[in-house]
Amino acid sequence: MNKDLNIKSLIIDRPLKLDCGQTINNFPLAYETYGSLNKKKDNAILVFHALTGDQFVSGINPVTKKEGWWSYAVGAGKAIDTDKYFVICSNVISGCLGSFGPSNINAKTNKIYGTTFPIITINDMVNAQYNLLDFFKIEKLFAVMGGSMGGMQVLQFVSNFPNKAKIAVPIACTSSHSAQNIAFNELGRQSIMADTNWVNGDYANQNKNPDKGLSVARMAAHITYLSKNGLQEKFGRKLQERDDLRFSFDADFQIESYLRHQGSVFVDRFDANSYLYITRAMDYFDLTKKYDGNLSKAFENTKTKFLVISFTSDWLYPTSENKEIVIALNAIGADVAFVEIESDKGHDSFLLDVPQFLNTLKNYVNNSYLKTNDETRV
Amino acid sequence: MKQEFKIISDFIIPNTRVLDVGCGDGTLMQILQNTRKIDIRGIEISKENSQKCVGKGLTVIEGDAEKDLSQFPDSSFDFVILSQTLQAFLNPEKVIQELLRIGKKAIVTVPNFGFWKVRLHLLAKGTMPITKNLPDEWYNTPNLHMCTIKDFYKFCNDRDIKLDKALALHNEKTASINQNNLSIKNLSAELGIFLIEK
Repeated sequence: MNKDLNIKSLIIDRPLKLDCGQTINNFPLAYETYGSLNKKKDNAILVFHALTGDQFVSGINPVTKKEGWWSYAVGAGKAIDTDKYFVICSNVISGCLGSFGPSNINAKTNKIYGTTFPIITINDMVNAQYNLLDFFKIEKLFAVMGGSMGGMQVLQFVSNFPNKAKIAVPIACTSSHSAQNIAFNELGRQSIMADTNWVNGDYANQNKNPDKGLSVARMAAHITYLSKNGLQEKFGRKLQERDDLRFSFDADFQIESYLRHQGSVFVDRFDANSYLYITRAMDYFDLTKKYDGNLSKAFENTKTKFLVISFTSDWLYPTSENKEIVIALNAIGADVAFVEIESDKGHDSFLLDVPQFLNTLKNYVNNSYLKTNDETRV
Repeated sequence: MKQEFKIISDFIIPNTRVLDVGCGDGTLMQILQNTRKIDIRGIEISKENSQKCVGKGLTVIEGDAEKDLSQFPDSSFDFVILSQTLQAFLNPEKVIQELLRIGKKAIVTVPNFGFWKVRLHLLAKGTMPITKNLPDEWYNTPNLHMCTIKDFYKFCNDRDIKLDKALALHNEKTASINQNNLSIKNLSAELGIFLIEK
């Protein structure tokens, strides 16, 4: 669907051994950049996107024609000022906006992969994106940052490459996907798989699309991104373009209409199989697994400066889970700051106009840039 | 610079690891970072202040010292600072124990409830004292456990906590506190500054 669009992509020729055991070669990684890399190459920020995000962080997304997913935070004069910093973001592998994923054609069979695509992990995503450093000839990133699944990638990045980023900002995330979150993801996947148009993941080869299933998955997930208070304040029991109940199963309530809309616009831009793969990657994410449950060990030897951020009304990746990251880092004397931002916008707070969040992020990033450069000079 | 901060700064040896417990808006942290070239961390309970600190690029965690100090390993800091905050804790005794567990040394400053103006206020007016260091009314003060210089001195002696340094501060002037002048200083000083260790 994106053939005519201007999507930048690099072909990664270095073989990548995936956690599932398979090795992939010569695969595409689609990316976008904002701002420019300075001469010293010390102003690069690698942003990782969340489950349904993509490489179009800021400005107008050429696919959706809407503002990029982090337009509130990234852009000229914004918290992440693209007049100062060189922002790179790439579509995760298994995604559907140009990077290697289940909607690609398998050269061996000449058919679209579908569910024959290998299972991808957060670790695989990060290892694939690490190639961007070589591509841009960046020795060390100034920052890695991201929210939700993007935050998980931040943690994985620093764990894999302890000396490749000066600062790391994991936002509204976790070091180990919780049972509740696996449950919500499973609900979404089952919804897709229950759609008869999914045909065991082979829909693209059969000119079908499990729109209904994907849309319900999105609706369910969308509720988890908001908060009870936020929903109540915005929608309450308000009716949708009607004066009274219709005694039917129409969308009587505004919240119903809103969710249906969210579901229907989502299917236009997202691939159902990618949704399965990416949610699976999140469920498999447990940074402590390799270290017998000791998260601190995942960060041993890192010199990266961390800022962990959570939001009061985020019940999907609550403050307690974000604090576990802080505690693990403090246990090994790592450099970690932490703030919990007051917001009633739920998990989605990191994507929205939450001034305390954006101001804190902006000031932290700018002051850390000055400080880390001072230290390099000394 | 506040005289109190200057004294704290003098206690700190350069190139050490320091934790400022209840670091407020990070003023002291910045002073120490600039003058002492130390690796300094902070913990602060107020959201507004935590955000200010983090915005300055300081390594501060938003948290409650009474619960969150437990995450720091034993002797992980050379100095732990507690500036005029001890009286605000539910359990000051436990906090002092924590400070001495995670810090090789602790610097504790206490507003002196034994200061003559405080005593006079209570004696003459019969209402809870309000002074420069104790500006709040009884019903909205965060201070739960006020103590005097003498109280803190005795507290340390009773627990075999070593008082490396004990200073009395009044009107920007400092004087050493010892067993002989304790009662006098307890009357004349607004603030006690102690460098303690286990």
